[in-house]
Amino acid sequence: MTDRISVRTLFFGVYGELAARREGSAELAADSTVADLVDSLRGPGGLDWLPESVVVAVNQNYAEAGTTLSDGDEVALIPPVAGG
Amino acid sequence: MPQGSADRVRTWITRESLDDFAQFEDIVGEVGSVEDGALLFFQGRVRRTNRGRAVSRLEYEAYGEMAERELSAICHEALEQFDVGSVAAAHRVGDLALGEVSVAIAVTSAHRDDGYRASRWIIETIKVRLPIWKHEHYENGESHWVGAPTPEAGASTGGSRFG
Repeated sequence: MTDRISVRTLFFGVYGELAARREGSAELAADSTVADLVDSLRGPGGLDWLPESVVVAVNQNYAEAGTTLSDGDEVALIPPVAGG
Repeated sequence: MPQGSADRVRTWITRESLDDFAQFEDIVGEVGSVEDGALLFFQGRVRRTNRGRAVSRLEYEAYGEMAERELSAICHEALEQFDVGSVAAAHRVGDLALGEVSVAIAVTSAHRDDGYRASRWIIETIKVRLPIWKHEHYENGESHWVGAPTPEAGASTGGSRFG
């Protein structure tokens, strides 16, 4: 049986509003990337409004789509920032 | 990170008011130096009118720990890129009324030009990197997450996309 990993997902700003939740979790195949997670979130019955190129932070650092995820990672979906 | 660089930067994310300039004067007194002949102070305040709409109040949401880390990183990068002596920067979160300070940046430098350039770079970088979101509430009761697609754009899809 293939190893699975579980990551914690965080939704901020308008994403939290659209997803109707601030956090959740996702189970993925081992060696999944940020892009794999985004694909699964956008999948059937999912968050189809989430941009394919959504900005993501892994463990509080901005991450690339190709970044490999590990069990227990904290993955934040970052809508356009608007500080200042 | 060299201790000298850390000593010359103060950053924080807070729910407390940033309206009082005196707190920044105290910090500049701690981290600044008599080598610095210039102090430049920038405040961003909640503005009544944004994109033609009458704002009644703002709500800032932050990815807390990451925002703390990014703000610190931005200010340390400013210290490396510009010839400045010290940097202090803070950003509010939570509910803000019109006129309240949302962001404040103090930069000391030997000469004014470096201070102006560093201060400008810090605020522009905050606007593209700091994980903070602005929920604008309007006088007519509507609200909007700044930077998000407008409700009008969503409605134009014909409302066919219900989760």
